[in-house]
Amino acid sequence: MQKLPDNFETYDEARQRGFLALKELKDKGQRVVGIFCSYVPTELIYAAGAIPVGLCANSEEPIPAGETRLPRNLCPLIKASYGFALTEKCPYFYFSDLVVGETTCDGKKKMFELMNEIKETFVMSLPNSREPREAAVAAWRSEIIRLKEKLEDFYHITITEDQIREAIRLKNRERVAFQTYLELGKLDPPALSGYEMGTKTDASAFTFDINDRIRSFEERTREVLHYWETERKGKTSDRPRIMVTGCPNGGVRDKLLKTIEELGGDIVLIDTCGGIRTQMQKVEETGDVYTALAEKYIDITCSVMSPNAPRFEMMGKLMDEFQVDGVVEVILQACHTFNVEAYNVKRYVTEQKGVPYLGLETDYSQADKGQIATRLGAFLEMLS
Amino acid sequence: MMYYTGIDIGSTAAKIAVLDETGAAIDRFVIPTGWSSRMAAKHIAELLENKGIYVQDTEEHEKNTLVVSTGYGREAVEFADKQVTEITCHAKGAQLLFQKEKAVSVIDVGGQDTKVILVENGLVSDFLMNDKCAAGTGKFIEVMANRLNVDIEEMFELAKAGEPIPISALCTVFAESEVISYIAEGRSREDIASGVIASVANKVATMCKRQRLAEKIVLTGGLSSNSYFAALLSDRLGQPVENSSEGRYAGALGAAMTAKKLGERRSRQRAQVQ
Repeated sequence: MQKLPDNFETYDEARQRGFLALKELKDKGQRVVGIFCSYVPTELIYAAGAIPVGLCANSEEPIPAGETRLPRNLCPLIKASYGFALTEKCPYFYFSDLVVGETTCDGKKKMFELMNEIKETFVMSLPNSREPREAAVAAWRSEIIRLKEKLEDFYHITITEDQIREAIRLKNRERVAFQTYLELGKLDPPALSGYEMGTKTDASAFTFDINDRIRSFEERTREVLHYWETERKGKTSDRPRIMVTGCPNGGVRDKLLKTIEELGGDIVLIDTCGGIRTQMQKVEETGDVYTALAEKYIDITCSVMSPNAPRFEMMGKLMDEFQVDGVVEVILQACHTFNVEAYNVKRYVTEQKGVPYLGLETDYSQADKGQIATRLGAFLEMLS
Repeated sequence: MMYYTGIDIGSTAAKIAVLDETGAAIDRFVIPTGWSSRMAAKHIAELLENKGIYVQDTEEHEKNTLVVSTGYGREAVEFADKQVTEITCHAKGAQLLFQKEKAVSVIDVGGQDTKVILVENGLVSDFLMNDKCAAGTGKFIEVMANRLNVDIEEMFELAKAGEPIPISALCTVFAESEVISYIAEGRSREDIASGVIASVANKVATMCKRQRLAEKIVLTGGLSSNSYFAALLSDRLGQPVENSSEGRYAGALGAAMTAKKLGERRSRQRAQVQ
């Protein structure tokens, strides 16, 4: 198993550290906007002088509270996020001036109606198809402008195109740093654990200065490359190289990602909304800023899009580049779009790419820990 | 003499298979797992010792077997030389039990898990397991048999004589209420039993259809000796499903085969060192 860096910070530690940092910033009058999804163009939030904070909950703890108003048979991420909002136990929700939601999946968009009763929730209407392209881009562009106007109204400010363009440049730089770090997964033999990659990318949201984030990724990239050059290069590994795809997996990181690596696999690639696929495409830095943002964000390959051919093209390309031996798809309970699309993913991965596939439907509980470990164990035995 | 022992501790029964140096199966037996898989493992070690198979060095005897454990209780077998999941073991064991084919689909209906495993050229190439729910597993039959006050074998005898009435609930707890209301309506035990078994066969067949199936399909696990159940599956899949009186030992045999391979690898390594 690849070792974690000495100064490794777990997700929970980073989240905790973030509370205090955010409180200090709030006390100084910092604007904070809560978001739930990688489709939200955070460039606008930065341009408004605000900090975007992710509110997707990874913890099982607030789920019973969420279930007092939401159905049990719903995605754990939605139940947990709402549960946090309802119980005021999430400082990030508490510190958010405004929440920006989006109509990605049905569960979330209806939950936002309830969340709006707790804190003002502005919901962007995301087209669920990229076709015809012109219409989809135009529709998303007008929603992006609506968000800009909302932020202007809310904070009584004017957001200039220059400010947006500057935010675009900054975010692009961050994307490059993220991407370069995540591309370390291409190294053969691997030199860092996928558990670390997932934790570091998710936990980076708790570092609020974008330049600090960039520095932290660049630093770790240099460290890992040095380690690979001096200690790993030229060695062979018989541990299968695993790609994890599907739903956001922060809430099952220990149950799933850690277990894969403990049982003898190396996660080299995490193809989820928090992973490399959202970093690869940059925003055009010239031309109309709103069109540039709309073009980039509409191409995110979440399963809410129908049809969703770009997800498969991207996946195939990444699987080749990262030399993937096996694919594990994580489906959060009741995530219909990923769950239905899983059939096509399995077909694509096994038939087009000739790579074994394992699909796992799970939630944030520990109830199926043993069963998950058996499935993962058998899958890894099958690959070796 | 060196032995290779496979121990498959399932939720209901623990199955043991022993191979000799030539790979021939020289013994197999089954005991109920009971409440603790750790106790079962200890008991198995004693039973093996009575047969002259020593899983550990003692004052009087030298260890003379390699042990591979599998099944949900595989971690409870502290004296095992290796632990392997039941999916890999069932695939290997089925290869030994049923004549070798290029591709075979293995259906294993266990006490708490049901698996469908596609084995191609001797290797697992795909598998599915039921989700965290007892529908389509042995547990479902066990609960309903208890309700009808019969054991599992009698349950199948009743089922053969009946006309299946639909059991639509997939959840074991709700299905039990459904059975209770049928009992209250005065429906015959035969018809209810028949409905219960049909519901399990349907659920298992649906799982099978989610996967590419080989031309040859075999049934392993606790229900493997049951020709009636195999026939129901054949009917739903439109393809013959083979069963075997030895099928419940597939996991243990696969584990024993893995132990033998482990032994061969170790002696190769020893030879290399020398």
